[in-house]
Amino acid sequence: MLRLDGLSKTYTTGDAALSDVSLTVPKGQIMGLIGPSGAGKSTLIRCINRLVEPTAGKVLLGDVDLVTLGKGELRRQRRRVGMIFQEYALVERLTVMENVLSGRLGYVPFWRSFLRRYSGADIQRAYQLLDRVGLMDKADNRADALSGGQRQRVGIARALAQDPELLLVDEPTASLDPKTSRQIMRLLTEICSERNLPAIVNIHDVPLAQQFMQRIVGLRSGRVVFDGPPSELTETALTTIYGEEDWNAMRQGDEEQAEAEADAKTRLEALAR
Amino acid sequence: MTEITHYSQVWAHRTPRARLFMWLGWVALVALFVFCWHLMTENTIWVFVLDAPRQAADIGGRTMPPEWGYLPELMKPLWDTINIATLGTIGGVIMAVPVAFIAARNTTPSATILRPIALFIIVASRSINSLIWALLLVAMIGPGLLAGIVAIALRSIGFVGKLLYEAIEETDARQIEAIEATGARGAQVLSYGIVPQIMPAFWGITVFRWDINIRESTILGLVGAGGIGLKLNASLNTLAWSQVTVILLLILGTVIVSEWVSARMRHALI
Amino acid sequence: MTATAYPTRWKRPPQIVKDRRWRIVLQIGIVVYLILAIGTVEVNWTRVYDGLERGQRFVMGFLQPDFTSRWTDIRQGLIESLTMTLTSTVVGVAISVPIGIGAARNLAPPWIYYICRSIIAVSRALQEVIIAIFLVAMFGFGPFAGFLTLSFATIGFIAKLLADDIEEINEGQAEAIRATGASWLQLVNYAVQPQVIPRLIGLSLYRLDINFRESAVIGIVGAGGIGATLNTAIDRYEYDSAGAVLLIVIGIVMVAEYGSSYLRKFLQ
Repeated sequence: MLRLDGLSKTYTTGDAALSDVSLTVPKGQIMGLIGPSGAGKSTLIRCINRLVEPTAGKVLLGDVDLVTLGKGELRRQRRRVGMIFQEYALVERLTVMENVLSGRLGYVPFWRSFLRRYSGADIQRAYQLLDRVGLMDKADNRADALSGGQRQRVGIARALAQDPELLLVDEPTASLDPKTSRQIMRLLTEICSERNLPAIVNIHDVPLAQQFMQRIVGLRSGRVVFDGPPSELTETALTTIYGEEDWNAMRQGDEEQAEAEADAKTRLEALAR
Repeated sequence: MTEITHYSQVWAHRTPRARLFMWLGWVALVALFVFCWHLMTENTIWVFVLDAPRQAADIGGRTMPPEWGYLPELMKPLWDTINIATLGTIGGVIMAVPVAFIAARNTTPSATILRPIALFIIVASRSINSLIWALLLVAMIGPGLLAGIVAIALRSIGFVGKLLYEAIEETDARQIEAIEATGARGAQVLSYGIVPQIMPAFWGITVFRWDINIRESTILGLVGAGGIGLKLNASLNTLAWSQVTVILLLILGTVIVSEWVSARMRHALI
Repeated sequence: MTATAYPTRWKRPPQIVKDRRWRIVLQIGIVVYLILAIGTVEVNWTRVYDGLERGQRFVMGFLQPDFTSRWTDIRQGLIESLTMTLTSTVVGVAISVPIGIGAARNLAPPWIYYICRSIIAVSRALQEVIIAIFLVAMFGFGPFAGFLTLSFATIGFIAKLLADDIEEINEGQAEAIRATGASWLQLVNYAVQPQVIPRLIGLSLYRLDINFRESAVIGIVGAGGIGATLNTAIDRYEYDSAGAVLLIVIGIVMVAEYGSSYLRKFLQ
């Protein structure tokens, strides 16, 4: 279980990215974090594993407050938090297997990781995870030889290799096409329910969030302005999160996209006939 | 036809101010040039300069034909030269790697103390030619291959260090962040997040520097640091110009071959 | 599927040489070469040991440089070096421009192209020091030979890069100018010049920097400048004066690097 208590972040420039965010994410819950760009979504999840240092508040993972930890202890606690990134953030020039095994870095001594001498159990687990995300045959490929969807699967396997108690997911579908996006979201939700893993998912695509999330938190200018199940995410709620104009523009964009998709579909059907 | 006479007939490429600055710049450059020329040639003995064409013809006549019989004697020094370049490159790279990591903004352990020192090492090594390093080292540890190797190594630190630290600073921060997020130690972040990203640059720089070092090591013998330059020096001192021709042609051949080899290696490694 | 069914071993596949036999041959070859190469290095350890003491003196000289006792020599060398650097860069660049245009395939007829390319090739293949040896033999000791050496070396550097730049210019713009019925000179002036001038200025400043560094080297073979001063200081084992000279060289190179990057920004 993760509990955020009064979490705040003010950058040295004086911009308040987060102010007084308090949330509780119970085991097994997938929580979507939505909001306009600049609302602090990315800062929030980076404050949890302290890739960004919060200025005030508590991050309680189980009983441990991550904010007060020293360098070494923070490293050990980071193993409990798996992270999945927007543009995959795989080490491009390493093989898929090395990328998955890099999830074990917090557990193995330096010389083992340097010589790529991982224990049999680690390697088995890595293979098992690759099999789970459907990339068993790609283990020896270099990461930069994969497609976007495949890379994000490797990213998921890397995060799971850590044996995490919490997943932080930063815009997992931002650089993927709509179909692959849905596959990735499905995979993520399946994995979380299999392992009873809580997850916080940053997501800019509201329909996708409504489809896959159990709970949605809306962030605006660093404050929580909505917290509830997707069914409660009404027009008025979305307007409070995104503001009048942005929300209308977004909806319009969605409608255009939907029209274009429908159009393309009919054309394809016409061709197939 | 349209009436065009009311448009201005004067058009200038630049504003008057910019033109003025440009002219001032040119005048300053010419004045500086004349002044420098005057200072430089103060002690020049023009009789020697006027005599130069005759000297050139004289030397030119002596260099031909090349004394090919001298060639076998040059093989051992050539082998030495290649060894100076290769071992010197290896030594230089080994020393340059830590300097580069200390000099790069994103990996430096201390930005206020160690980084300026590393940057100074790089500048010092780059400013001083390998021949000067060799001159110093021969005076210190005596003539021979070792002085040449160390000279090449010291000169390579700056070159390799500078290019490598720029490559480290250009690495993709997201990949590094992802490795940090797994709970990896500093050394593991280096070996998984940064090293794979800079490997192509590393090999490219190393091979490039090796190519340059082959060139530079051919003349180190002029100050006693071993290799084919020793033979060149000896032939020059005895005014054996036909031997000099053979040596220069051999150096030229070596340089061309090393350029070809380094191009092939870079192609294969990257 | 249970976890035990998965393999427990994994080895990183080789990235560069894929064939195992070639890899072994290569590795053995490298080891043998290193053994042979290191074997050729004969080290007189007692001499090196004596040298360490001198090395220490040199480091001390570097840390406590003596600018004063040889100041007239240093000043003279410095003046020679700086003047030689400036004049040779100006003359070298001035000669490089026509040669660079001549060495551009898209502007010059073939016979001019080949002549200019061979001049460039000769200038690039011969090292400054070797050219300096010949020029000193012809023109006598002193900065004049150094000036000629650096001018010649500048030609190879600037003309090559200039020619490559001209060959890479935007053909569309050249076409447009040609289409107006412009003469060859007008073509160079309107289509080529604006595209390559900023680069040429940058390259000239860079070469100024290189020429200064080289001026410290060619003095060793008698072509004047600060290199001659340095050579004398080292011959006399005056490491504190040598340290002073080296610090001055490093300082000027640093100033030149900052100055040229500032000047380039200013000119653009």
